[in-house]
Amino acid sequence: MLAADGTPLKESLGRALRRQKIRALALVAPLLLFVLLTFVIPIVSMLVRSVENQIVSDTLPGTVAALSSWDRQEGATPSEDVFQNLFFDMFNAAEAKEHTKLGTRLNYENTGLASLFRTSGRSMDDIGEVFQDAIEDADARFEDGAFWHEMMSGEGGDALVADRRARWENLTGEPMSGDIGYVPSQDIIVLLPETAAAYTDFAIWTAIEDNDVVAEEDPWEAVYAALAVDLRDPSRAAAIAEYSGAGADALQALTATEMPTLTFTDAFAEMDEDWLTPGVWQTVDVYSSNYTSGYFLNSVDRELTVDGVEARPENERLYIKLFGRTLWMSLIITSSCILLGYPVAWLLANLPVRTANVLMILVLLPFWTSLLVRTSAWKVLLQQQGVINELLVWLGFVDDANRLILMNNSTGTIIAMTHILLPFMILPLYSVMKTVPPTYLRAAKSLGATNWTAFWRVYFPQSVPGIGAGSILVFILAIGYYITPEIVGGTDGVFISNRIAYHISRSLNWGLAAALGTILLVLVLALYWVYDQIVGIDNVKLGG
Amino acid sequence: MSKVQTALPRPDLFRFTMPLMAALAAMFGFVGGNMVAQPWLGAVIGAVIGCAIAWVAETNLEKRTAVRWGVIAVLALAGLIFGNLGTAVSGALIGAVLGWAAYWLVRSDYRAAVPIYYTPGQTLWHNTFKFICGLIFFFLVAPLIPVMWLSFNAEDFFTFTPEMLNFQAEGYSLKHYRNFLGTDEWMVPLKNSLIIAPIATIISVSLGTLAAIGLSQSHVPGRRAIMAILISPMIVPLIISATGMFFFYAPLGNWLEANLGLSQSFVGFVKVILAHAVLGIPFVIITVTATLVGFDRSLTRAAASMGADPVRTFFQVQMPLILPGVISGGLFAFITSFDEVVVVLFVGSAQQQTLPWQMFTGLREQISPTILAAATILVIISILLLTTVELLRRRSERLRGLSPA
Repeated sequence: MLAADGTPLKESLGRALRRQKIRALALVAPLLLFVLLTFVIPIVSMLVRSVENQIVSDTLPGTVAALSSWDRQEGATPSEDVFQNLFFDMFNAAEAKEHTKLGTRLNYENTGLASLFRTSGRSMDDIGEVFQDAIEDADARFEDGAFWHEMMSGEGGDALVADRRARWENLTGEPMSGDIGYVPSQDIIVLLPETAAAYTDFAIWTAIEDNDVVAEEDPWEAVYAALAVDLRDPSRAAAIAEYSGAGADALQALTATEMPTLTFTDAFAEMDEDWLTPGVWQTVDVYSSNYTSGYFLNSVDRELTVDGVEARPENERLYIKLFGRTLWMSLIITSSCILLGYPVAWLLANLPVRTANVLMILVLLPFWTSLLVRTSAWKVLLQQQGVINELLVWLGFVDDANRLILMNNSTGTIIAMTHILLPFMILPLYSVMKTVPPTYLRAAKSLGATNWTAFWRVYFPQSVPGIGAGSILVFILAIGYYITPEIVGGTDGVFISNRIAYHISRSLNWGLAAALGTILLVLVLALYWVYDQIVGIDNVKLGG
Repeated sequence: MSKVQTALPRPDLFRFTMPLMAALAAMFGFVGGNMVAQPWLGAVIGAVIGCAIAWVAETNLEKRTAVRWGVIAVLALAGLIFGNLGTAVSGALIGAVLGWAAYWLVRSDYRAAVPIYYTPGQTLWHNTFKFICGLIFFFLVAPLIPVMWLSFNAEDFFTFTPEMLNFQAEGYSLKHYRNFLGTDEWMVPLKNSLIIAPIATIISVSLGTLAAIGLSQSHVPGRRAIMAILISPMIVPLIISATGMFFFYAPLGNWLEANLGLSQSFVGFVKVILAHAVLGIPFVIITVTATLVGFDRSLTRAAASMGADPVRTFFQVQMPLILPGVISGGLFAFITSFDEVVVVLFVGSAQQQTLPWQMFTGLREQISPTILAAATILVIISILLLTTVELLRRRSERLRGLSPA
């Protein structure tokens, strides 16, 4: 069969259908893109943040690598190598002022680490100075930044610069691109690997963050410490003796003098005894991987320890209780909404249209009124000096000294939220009840059913879809509520959302906030799926 | 109405009306007596007054209006003698209730709405049910009344002063309204709200309408999935949206500031507007899709057959018909943004402080009843919006021929 233009009909129809599909998609595409960009990606970024944990390996890259050979179960103090790496990592982190962030992060898992990292960060210079003084005493040329620059510069060290640059970028989270006016010499890298690395770190930071010329600046204390570390290796002495590059004689002079024997383990132990406790290192090691389930475990009152997942101490358990309370209170709110909404919806559905429309305004007015207005109304009504208490005192039912406590507890939250969410129950109930023919009820009664039987056996089953739709809607809205519990809920009327907001704006434990949010999101999406099965999202109606 | 009434037997005065009236009035008397720590004496006096009113109503069946006003006047006067203007108003209110109840009982009005064959028990249940519904409606609307009333408070309290309850002029003032309209503390947030909400609305309405038209085509691949994504901003709890946006928009804003050289304040507004626009989109999609369901597709074909191109068809045929849906979707989007506080708290900075944000801080710290003046103004705005949406909905139903009227 052919179409008018001679092409086979099937092909012609197929083309028309394809064109129609493309046109429909083209109309939807801008919005879809907009929603994906401004909404879906932010939500996904929250999901990622709930497991993300690069901060330990970004801040202490060398230490984490050194710790990999350490047996965390055994619980011994780590080797000198670990402490040496810790020194150089901490020195850089302290320069970039990132060590406090790591301390704050690890403090969520092991209380006390925040102050340990904060105070230790300040003392890094002191450790380095021990070596600096000794080296400068041995040869005064090491006091000069230009001498250092000359000694370290050369050719072939680009790979090292790129490597250290990447470390800085991980540490600060900022691009560290740009010319640093320095390339380490390959010979020096082989001869003095630690020194080359430390000096390159110094050069990158000086040139890019401080905008200074590397050759004009005196190196950090860490560079001297690195030089001392390199010199400790007995095999180096021979290599240095044969070395002929810039500053070779100064280095050879150093090998001849006595260097401080201070070990980094001792240095850290002197700063704070806690560095020797295995607990600190177990925490660092357990949370050194880039992705962690730690935040989720925290959300369910568990923690990750050396022995695997364990329950948190009794006094730190909070979230399971809070989730339970959120669900329980949402359930109470939903039930009160059914209780209050059902009669009203029944009345509206069975009254003449004109009267029902007038009464409908009484339902829609609170629906359209600002949430904050309604919440402030309940604050005015419920507080101790509020309208309800004043009225009861005036009427003599309540003693002035024993006013009812209606607010700043769960009672306040339940009353206010029932009021706020009631229209969301009435509207779906009403639209379902509108479709139930009133003749069924009359037929049941004419067949001899009592009022109750007629209602319970005939009318009620037909209104169940309305109850289901309204309940899920109210429940979904209730478990995510923030504003109303925050204002009228006090301490024991708050929901999990208040805790999320607290972690975002006060405690700054964003990972935990993201994990709590993810759990809540999964809960809501599951309910949403049920809602979709019962009602269908296409059938969501607004305002009757 | 009157025909039904004549058919109804009137209840017995002494066995029905008088005991019920006595009980009702005794309840009021109990409450009133409780104020002076004499609840039972009050109840007895109330019962006597109730009996008296029932007898007067029974004997003056045709003079309903006069008797009811009389009861109101007597009880108001009693209130004035024993108390002040406040108790007088309470007395008048109680008088109105008692007067109405007396005639409702003696004239058998309580049976007017139920079938003639109903038993007394069924009639009682019917009226109790109506009373319960009345209480629920009261619960829905009443909380807004004290807010509006207190916004005229002359004091800086969140509670009623004795002067207010006694209806003395010095208890009332417009100072909170003056404070609202006259200080930067409230005017700047209002201005910000009026910048953010309309722009966000325009974005969500224009994109949303296009998408809704696309979705209403007969063949859309993956319609359910697309719909689920587009509706999701409404389903995902605000606190989660706000958390996600907080994580994503902060670096985005920093990037915009650093790379495009935009000012911090401008970027802040862009972030809040984008966030609010996406929150408003589900409402536009839902209302416009609902309007398009009733749209007669043959109209566009007719337009096309008469030579109109798709753009012309859209603006001259389709748009006027779906306009009510578009406008009410826009109003929903507007109120969503205008009323939104969680996302703006997380995404915005102090420069983008909106009216709800200012109210929220005020409520948390309880600074001034100016919040109540702001609330009253918002209630008036919402009444206006509700009226507009209702009128549009009815117009749309009429256009689609769905309304019976």
